[in-house]
Amino acid sequence: MTVAAEQTNPLKSKPKIEALKAAFPYSLPVMVGYVVLGIAFGIILTGKGFSWWLAPVMGLFIYAGSMQFVAVDLLSAVFNPFQIVIMTLTVNARHLFYGISMLNKFRSMGKKKPYMIFSLTDETYSLLCSAVPPQQADENWFYFFISALNQVYWVTGCILGAVGGSFLHYDTTGIDFAMTALFIVIMVEQWEKTSNHLPVMTGIVISVVNLLIFGPKNFIIPSMIVIFLILSLFPEKFRSRIST
Amino acid sequence: MTNTQILFSIAIMAVCTLLTRIFPFLILPDHKKTPVLVQYLGTVLPFAIIGMLVVYCFKNVSLLQYPFGIPELTGFLFVVLVHRWKHHLLLSIGGGTLLYMTVIRFIL
Repeated sequence: MTVAAEQTNPLKSKPKIEALKAAFPYSLPVMVGYVVLGIAFGIILTGKGFSWWLAPVMGLFIYAGSMQFVAVDLLSAVFNPFQIVIMTLTVNARHLFYGISMLNKFRSMGKKKPYMIFSLTDETYSLLCSAVPPQQADENWFYFFISALNQVYWVTGCILGAVGGSFLHYDTTGIDFAMTALFIVIMVEQWEKTSNHLPVMTGIVISVVNLLIFGPKNFIIPSMIVIFLILSLFPEKFRSRIST
Repeated sequence: MTNTQILFSIAIMAVCTLLTRIFPFLILPDHKKTPVLVQYLGTVLPFAIIGMLVVYCFKNVSLLQYPFGIPELTGFLFVVLVHRWKHHLLLSIGGGTLLYMTVIRFIL
């Protein structure tokens, strides 16, 4: 009983620390994934002859996993600002839709809001959609720490790969499955939260169909457009029984 | 590219990436009332997008060529079943990753 009483009467002086403590376990899977992918990125970047410090600079200011891998090729080619603009907008076009789910969540975040928007990667978006802040923690700080911890992991990975990549001799092939597993876990948790599985099945089926039509390099944007259209056209089918 | 061109290129990528992320917040600022359709999309999109991201993770798997996606299917089933059973984040993700890494070593 005393434990329960303590939880309902939080120590108001430490909501930030409580928020950090609560955010950390949620971010652990991303830690594994981002450190591993960041190392891979650092290795590829320095392998092409670029200075190591470009890795953390890109991780800090671009902070987009798949885009940074494309960036290595763009930076290796002849300088072409127009092509860089088009490529970046295309590779990151799926982010256009993520903010729609965050409008309400970020509304009350004040000074933290610009950073929350800047740091909205696939993984952070998925975590912010599914993570539930505990009662004793400040909600806004909880979301902020999830976002910030994720970027710390990513930049750390970028530095490790760029500086120490050549010293790594472990065969880590397949460790990037951690990120896949994270998305599967989030999908399972969403599945259990609702009895209307039409939205997730729609996402899967449309993506598979587009993958078969457009191939692995180009299917994301057509998938997002079709998902967006179908969800918009049949709201009564998708809205029912969803509780979020 | 010269160092200046490299840094300029990185700046372009940073700005364009931010543009894609900030877009919904620019067209739907806080003081405007969010349209009902957008509110609805905000609640259903996470479900559809997670489905898309899972497919994205498996985009390079070939069912027609050896090993026919068996390692990926094994990992997928492990994560789904173990997570439904225990709901333990690290067990599902750590275990699934180790299993996947083991299977690709034995099967390839």
